[in-house]
Amino acid sequence: MSSNLAICGYLSADELAACLPAPERMAKGPVAVIECVQDIPCNPCEEACPVRAITVGLPITSLPVLDAAKCIGCGVCIARCPGLAIFVVDGSRPGDEGTIQLPYEAWPLPEPGESVHALDRAGRRVGTGTVEKVLSAKAQDHTAVVTVRVSKQLLNTVRAISVEGRAEA
Amino acid sequence: MTQSDTDIIVIGAGPAGLSAAAEAARLGAAVLVLDENDRPGGQLFKQIHKFFGSKDHRAGVRGYAIGDSLLAETARLGARIELGAVVYAIYPDRRVAVITADQRRLLLTPKKIILATGASENALAFPGCTLPGVMSAGAVQTMVNLHRVLPADKTLMVGSGNVGLIVSYQIRQAGGKVAALVEAAPVIGGYGVHAAKISRLGVPILTGHTVKCVHGTDRVEGATLVALDDKFRAVPGSERDIEIGCVAIAVGLTPLAELALMCGCGFTYIPKLGGHLPVHDDNMETTAAGIYVAGDITGVEEASSAMEEGRLAGIAAAEALGRVAPSEAAALKQAVWARLNALRTGRFGQARRDAKERITAEGRGAHVV
Amino acid sequence: MRILRHPILGNLDEQPPVFIEVDGELIPAREGEPIAAAIIAAGRLKLRHTRKSGEPRGVFCGIGRCTDCVMTVDGQANVRTCVTPVKAGMKIVTQGASPEREAQE
Repeated sequence: MSSNLAICGYLSADELAACLPAPERMAKGPVAVIECVQDIPCNPCEEACPVRAITVGLPITSLPVLDAAKCIGCGVCIARCPGLAIFVVDGSRPGDEGTIQLPYEAWPLPEPGESVHALDRAGRRVGTGTVEKVLSAKAQDHTAVVTVRVSKQLLNTVRAISVEGRAEA
Repeated sequence: MTQSDTDIIVIGAGPAGLSAAAEAARLGAAVLVLDENDRPGGQLFKQIHKFFGSKDHRAGVRGYAIGDSLLAETARLGARIELGAVVYAIYPDRRVAVITADQRRLLLTPKKIILATGASENALAFPGCTLPGVMSAGAVQTMVNLHRVLPADKTLMVGSGNVGLIVSYQIRQAGGKVAALVEAAPVIGGYGVHAAKISRLGVPILTGHTVKCVHGTDRVEGATLVALDDKFRAVPGSERDIEIGCVAIAVGLTPLAELALMCGCGFTYIPKLGGHLPVHDDNMETTAAGIYVAGDITGVEEASSAMEEGRLAGIAAAEALGRVAPSEAAALKQAVWARLNALRTGRFGQARRDAKERITAEGRGAHVV
Repeated sequence: MRILRHPILGNLDEQPPVFIEVDGELIPAREGEPIAAAIIAAGRLKLRHTRKSGEPRGVFCGIGRCTDCVMTVDGQANVRTCVTPVKAGMKIVTQGASPEREAQE
């Protein structure tokens, strides 16, 4: 098993290398990041993608492979992943900030416009962000998808948010 | 319930038992499911997370929704479920002794029996382990997800298998805090994605650590954690005190197999799957003819595989009663085996498959009882 | 503490509480829930004292197998409170005495 994930419970930079999008792709528009590195039998992401950008195939323990060129960053896969391991990052806006769409299963849902702490994979605060959108349609089955605006430098680092004085995600 | 109108008695209305009942009823058998609890579903309704697998395994569906559809299926197919019914004996002649919810004592004589009694959680001994507030992770999960009660504001989780990882996440979802998750082994036992979900919420996962002791007057007030060396010995001087109100123990499960033992089923011992468990063949039939097993009773795995084993047992039991032609039964069973084998793959599943193959190797052949 | 709002399970539907008496004190409960759940919701984890040494015990397994949660309910001893539903007016008493109480008697 990948060493940092097995010992500490979160992916290290090396383990992530295969999952992270190329900088040029991130600058073009939203793209999915599938942080799934263990061969577990699981493939809802493949079925979820409306443009067939995700391939798992057979056996279903195969790791999902993203065709970043096909991916439109719609984020449908985010709520469908049972492991809550998929995010969509967008580094295409002019200026210093980009957005991350992440799965959110806590109460209360954050509000658009709200300022939040941006957390890394180890739960450490690495900056602040602003909530832009909160989507919780019936098809998502209680996995809300929150779009948060953060510094572009944090797009490959931030994977959770927390709100001061409220139950954390 | 009367004594003579039941083809198959299923003991346990969890995912394995309900799945067995559904398949057998679908094939025309008269099925009665007995469960000692006052609600069906076993541990399924506490599983509020989305399941893995493929569409065939209902991947992406939350455990309780799968439970609801299983109950609807068994009802639609005419399988009867009797709750609050304690099966306290199965005699070697196959008579099943029951005390019903209204205190009637019955001796039933089904043609086939399917044992789907599941498993129970292991305890862990350490000073203070009997204090109120030290409870199994499953008990915390029951309280939080079924009864909407949080035992304490801050919990220490002991054990990093999927139960420990998932229940830690569910404590956070319920508004509680997890001070830490300790795991004696040097690596996390459960899925990386489950660990990642709680890590990014700031729950520290401390591998190579365990709980040294827990203190409090009438309830848990604090715990001392300690690091372990590569021989699992406490490292002197590495103690750390934390304040918590609850200690959740997630150190594995053991099959509830007393009834199988009682009626003469052959057993084997496989630590990886929970210890002493009844062997079975590819039809889920034990070495005691006419007695089948399915689910955690015959090896602790997960709800998904329990349901498939249940379906196998239900089909096989109905086939043995002549309710379905062998060729059709073979096709039905093949489809279930395909789904079951797909679950037992990968770094977590393959080891379980190897262990289950040892069980069926011992369980195949002539029945001895 | 009671979980009133939950991201997956939704809001707890408001219903008039059912009252049970625990060691002489009235506590609110939700219809049909196990006695132990109501007692824990009221903030109490200790459910009994052991017979010999008067040590405190509470829920351990939560599914009716370990009997650590037993209390005397409406006069009947050794009732598993984690699987026994509440009924309005139930009288529940802690079994066993704490060492302090023993010393007083």
